[in-house]
Amino acid sequence: MGVMASMLEISGLRKSYHNLVAVDGVSFRAGQGETVGLLGPNGAGKTTTVSIIAGLIRPDAGEVRIAGRAISSDTDPAKQSIGLVPQDLGLYDQLSARENLRLFGALYKMSGAPLRHAMDEALDLVGLSERAKDRVKEFSGGMKRRLNLAAALLHDPQLLLLDEPTVGVDPQSRNAIFDNLESLKKRGKTLLYTTHYMEEAERLCDRLVIIDHGKIIADDTLQGLHRRFCAQNLLTVELEDGELSIDELLIDGLSIDALRQVPGVESVERRGHSLRIGVRDLARDSAAILQWLAERGQHVQHFASERTSLETVFLTLTGRSLRD
Amino acid sequence: MTPFFALVRMELRLFFADPRAVIMSVIAPIAIASFFGYIFGGGAGNTERSKIPVLIADLDGSNLTQEVVRRLKADASLDVKPATPEQCREAVRKGKATAAFVIPKDFAFGTAAAFLAGGSRPEIAMLQDPSQELEMRMLQGIVTGAVMGAAGKQLSGGREEIPLPFGVRAESVTSDPTISYNGYAHSFGGMGIQFLLMVGVEVGVGLLLRRQLGVWKRLRAAPISRMMLLGSRIVSGGITSMATLMILFAFARVVFGVHIQGSLAGFLGICASFSLMTAALGLVISTLGKTAEATRAVAIVATLLMVMLGGAWVPTFIFPRWLQNITVVMPTRWAMDGLDAVTWRGLGFSTVAPQIGLLLGCAVVFGAFAVWRFRWEEN
Repeated sequence: MGVMASMLEISGLRKSYHNLVAVDGVSFRAGQGETVGLLGPNGAGKTTTVSIIAGLIRPDAGEVRIAGRAISSDTDPAKQSIGLVPQDLGLYDQLSARENLRLFGALYKMSGAPLRHAMDEALDLVGLSERAKDRVKEFSGGMKRRLNLAAALLHDPQLLLLDEPTVGVDPQSRNAIFDNLESLKKRGKTLLYTTHYMEEAERLCDRLVIIDHGKIIADDTLQGLHRRFCAQNLLTVELEDGELSIDELLIDGLSIDALRQVPGVESVERRGHSLRIGVRDLARDSAAILQWLAERGQHVQHFASERTSLETVFLTLTGRSLRD
Repeated sequence: MTPFFALVRMELRLFFADPRAVIMSVIAPIAIASFFGYIFGGGAGNTERSKIPVLIADLDGSNLTQEVVRRLKADASLDVKPATPEQCREAVRKGKATAAFVIPKDFAFGTAAAFLAGGSRPEIAMLQDPSQELEMRMLQGIVTGAVMGAAGKQLSGGREEIPLPFGVRAESVTSDPTISYNGYAHSFGGMGIQFLLMVGVEVGVGLLLRRQLGVWKRLRAAPISRMMLLGSRIVSGGITSMATLMILFAFARVVFGVHIQGSLAGFLGICASFSLMTAALGLVISTLGKTAEATRAVAIVATLLMVMLGGAWVPTFIFPRWLQNITVVMPTRWAMDGLDAVTWRGLGFSTVAPQIGLLLGCAVVFGAFAVWRFRWEEN
């Protein structure tokens, strides 16, 4: 794939609140038509980054360029290029779906036939044409999420900022939203998609920016990340009933840190009564781990391996799970 | 549709989509203003008043004192009943009578002696309820008049009363002799002002609540100015307030005969400027608090103080002089005085122009302060 023209360029963004540094030197770009996933656990700085891009927050340092232009004021026409889908529903419950859209279209100076056409198209895309006259408060959570997306599309923005757009929706609505986003991708829209759901990022994103504690810790395509962590596989080890529990294992002096010292072990995470261990060489390192456990009197009840995932990538990079 | 017009339209739609807000803004002030208007004098030409309950113990029983009692009973403002001195004291103590008069034995003889020979004057004991100070002065005057009238008649041998050497002619002074005071004009103005301030509070609190929703981010993400965002809130709040005042006064006109006796332009000017001022004040309120709940509580207390000191509940002439002097800086007083001027006082536009200017000035200052102090960034 050739280098795409930049739709979004962020360089050296920094924002702090009193002593808390929310965003610390964030830089990345999104090409025209590209879908970039901004991944990180809660509080990593995703929403702050999106808010700065949308012009809601002024950064302490750094710059945001939309299609090569920096946004200089609240009324900068460059904001026409952005469609924001906020994490909290940006809708008026007391108004109908159509009234909501009419307002949000008017904010971008749309009126008359073009606005009506845009509203029809957006409602059609998210499958809410039949409910256009119903008040939003009568909608299900999934329908509200879909309308939340539609409201950002009216002015035909080239860059869509999607801040966890599937939070709290049922799987069916989530799939519907994914279908909508894939449709927008096909139309050449640039999407910046923040989430802490790995499966969403894997399904939708061309490239992933992983953020933690306000800093970017990885920025690569999905394939690139897999390549970087290709040697890593994940072992799930469950100890036999009646044997020492994980807590006892730790009390026994066999700490997770000790297990990390075993040759070939890249990462260790405790999940309930199981250990999830990242290894480079599945055959060689698995044998070494099993032997290590056996030498310490531990019997394995269940043992499984799986291919590396984004979850594992994040775990490897940060030493903790995305949902922590 | 321009973004500004769309925002104003949306705010109005939201207001009218909430029946509770509409009821609170219109029906509640009408009900309370009707009540206050009735107890503060009612409509034009309404002379019906509650009579003051008074007991009288005539221990003398002379022709003179019987004539005094007869005159007191004939007074339209009194409800006079005979009683013993003990009953008089007990009734006043329990608050069942506003006052009681005990006429001592030999009162008629004493008054004649004092009048003709300069002897010591007999005294009528007035037992009074200390909470009814204003009525006491009135009662003293009425009793004095009754005794003087009765004594004069006695001195003339019962043939005719000695006329007083002067008369008092009362004239209600408004811009036109045909205009009379209407208590509902003041009460509807006062309640209108109170509820408009409540609308102002809701403008501010609503803004704080809206910030907690994603819709605020969506509005901020659009290419519209901060001035437009807050300005649309002021204008929509102002329209809502203006409409509320118009409905209140339309009701007062139809039901209680309240007329704009003075300048209609002045009336509209006061209403419009106060409506804008309250909406701008609402924005100031939104800059002061962090949470909607805490802000609402403080704002309501401040609003009630403004209403009280502005003379919206009771006219400011009842206040002590020092308080009257202090309250001239209250926007609520400017509005109240302005409404009184153009309704029942029947005055012209030039009289209320200063109040309109001051209210508009306040609206500008409040709006500018809100734009300056508003927390635009979310933490």
